[in-house]
Amino acid sequence: MKGYTKYFLTKLLWFVITFVFAFILNFALPRLMPGDPVAGIVSHIAQGMTNTTGVQAIYQQYANLFGTNRPILEQFFIYVRNVLHGDFGFSISQYPRTVADTLKSAIWWTVCLQFPAIIVGWIIGNVLGALAAYLKKGFDNVLMPISIFLSNFPAFGMAIILLVIFGVGLKWFPTSGGYGFDLIPIFSWKFIWSVITHYQLPFWSIVLIAIGGQAIGMRSMSIYELNADYVKYSRFLGIKDRKIIGYVFRNAMLPQITGLALAIGTMVSGALVAEIIFSYPGLGTTLLHGILGQDYPLISACTVIITIMVLSANFIIEILYGLIDPRIKAAQAD
Amino acid sequence: MKHMLQQVFHSGKFIVGFCIFMALLLIVLVYPLFVNEAPLAIIAEGTFFPPGIYVSIFDSIHSPTTYTLNLDDAAAKRIASKLSNDDRIAMKDWLILDGIPEAEIDITDTAKLLDQWGENYDPKKNIPSLTNAKRNFYARLNASLQGLMSSEGDIIATQNPDTVTLEQTGVVNQTDYANISEVANVRVLALGTDNFGRDVLTELVKATGVSIQIGLVAGIIATIIGLALGLLSGYIGGQLDDFIMFITNLFLVIPTIILLILISFSIGQDKRGAFVIATVIGLTAWPWTARAVRAQVISLRNRDHVNLSKLSGHSIIHIIVADILPYIASYVVMAFILQISSAILSEAQLSILGLGPRTTEVMTLGLMLNWALIYQAEILGKWWAYLPVIVVIALITFSMNLMNTGLDQVFNPALRD
Repeated sequence: MKGYTKYFLTKLLWFVITFVFAFILNFALPRLMPGDPVAGIVSHIAQGMTNTTGVQAIYQQYANLFGTNRPILEQFFIYVRNVLHGDFGFSISQYPRTVADTLKSAIWWTVCLQFPAIIVGWIIGNVLGALAAYLKKGFDNVLMPISIFLSNFPAFGMAIILLVIFGVGLKWFPTSGGYGFDLIPIFSWKFIWSVITHYQLPFWSIVLIAIGGQAIGMRSMSIYELNADYVKYSRFLGIKDRKIIGYVFRNAMLPQITGLALAIGTMVSGALVAEIIFSYPGLGTTLLHGILGQDYPLISACTVIITIMVLSANFIIEILYGLIDPRIKAAQAD
Repeated sequence: MKHMLQQVFHSGKFIVGFCIFMALLLIVLVYPLFVNEAPLAIIAEGTFFPPGIYVSIFDSIHSPTTYTLNLDDAAAKRIASKLSNDDRIAMKDWLILDGIPEAEIDITDTAKLLDQWGENYDPKKNIPSLTNAKRNFYARLNASLQGLMSSEGDIIATQNPDTVTLEQTGVVNQTDYANISEVANVRVLALGTDNFGRDVLTELVKATGVSIQIGLVAGIIATIIGLALGLLSGYIGGQLDDFIMFITNLFLVIPTIILLILISFSIGQDKRGAFVIATVIGLTAWPWTARAVRAQVISLRNRDHVNLSKLSGHSIIHIIVADILPYIASYVVMAFILQISSAILSEAQLSILGLGPRTTEVMTLGLMLNWALIYQAEILGKWWAYLPVIVVIALITFSMNLMNTGLDQVFNPALRD
């Protein structure tokens, strides 16, 4: 187990380093923005005021509130301290709501939408890819062009087309929002049903995109493994086909898991745009509001949370990978 | 080299992808030669005009020769365009309520129906089962039917500037036709207009060109950085390798879209041109290439011919250029193709988020989609505003990936069928 502990600690250290780096970038980049965000709100609030000293006073008050008048390093430490307490400050565009308040529900909508969708897409894609490699001919000839087409299709395009066909055209599912606009989020069957119907289109648009890419990857890995020497040798030994296939697909799975770890960032970014298209009340839509409202605390908080989600997903996948792949234990034990 | 190209052009997938991409490029290059107008010119007053041929009404009335065509179905078509099926059913309902037996009413026989209507309809007649709203509806329907069956022409009159009275200058008969090639102003809007009233087709062609340029610029930047870092890290190794790989892995795990959002937001709306966005995309997209190149270089580093070159005292640059680059060239080309297509997608994603290039100067595919979404073209059923854009983006990425798969099969024999 010593080998695995070392692997785990390396990955943990790496997780912490990437997180700190991403955190610094998150803080620094929006604050380099030209133009003063506080001036924006002040001009909005002080509309029609002619008294310059009055406007000045308001400006001072807001600059104090958002802390933009302090040195950048001090702002950073204040920011770190606040974020550790789960406090992302006030939202500029939705003042006096706090960023944490705005994001609280959005996070859960996003987590509940994206991660099941990505995992379901990954599983279906891998099963189809493995089948294509094993069955070949007919199935492969149908599946491969579809997969290539799907994987190259932009995620937002898929979202728009599903929306138009099933939402606007056939009217099977609602076109926007996370639940009916006439409902209050309470625990009732009507509300749950509304959430389920609103969930379908964004969910399947993410799943379909994920299926294509994964199927292609799994197919080529499986073909590669099926032609490997150990398969031929096992056949000579007279080992049952079913058992060989078990080995083959387990070996082909391993690169697919690493592939998922690397692709999760891209998938999440595609899913964020899909959220915007369906006006799903998740982080993507919140991010869009932040950008439209020139609201840097909100943008920064969104990007921090998305980064945390992606990095954690990555970390979890790598930990699982270490448990599954025997080579890691062997390599670390040397 | 020649042999390699021959092999590449024997791959069906590569040829299909190459042809699609070249066809797109050709359209982008040739279209402006035929349609010579500013792609961002606002020509329509109003939003989302449907695709079709737009004929100037003024010019067709004043076309030099007027032709008389006696077509049997002209009147029927004219009536059909005014009198919908729902109206016919409504008329039938009223006539039945009026006491006319249902068997005598045939809503497909327009002339008979209108005759029956004209004889029987009386707005003052009190039918008790009709609501007031329904009664008003029938009055309006009746008014719209007035003159529908007449065969008189319409009179054209102009205002006399001296007396301010209308003077008849001509008559347009129902049998008058104008030849469309003689009408001075006919405009084909093959894809209608967008939310600003701009010709979507012209805009789309221009936007495709700009997006491909963005893809190329971003792809070149990303490939150069990735290639340079990959070569350095793979060939020189040691601490430099550790350092470069540390940075590469850092940027590989942090989602690219986050960096793109933060950087393009920080640049600010005013300074965001198409090429600034392309540069930003290029600067965030290199880690993939760097890693792939490094892996290739490491496997080449200890080959015999490289060692021989080292023993012969060649410089590092010479070894890299002459002994390593030719072996990884195919990988670099494949990575470059993928970089282009992913850069085009990134631009579109950024634009949908509202962080694309400024709208006022150039059009990109992403911006077109962004505006179509802002004006809810997808909900309103204005397919021409978003569908062609999605199709073009999909065609570009599809063709690029086909080329890539084709190359992969040529250079990677294990994947051949």
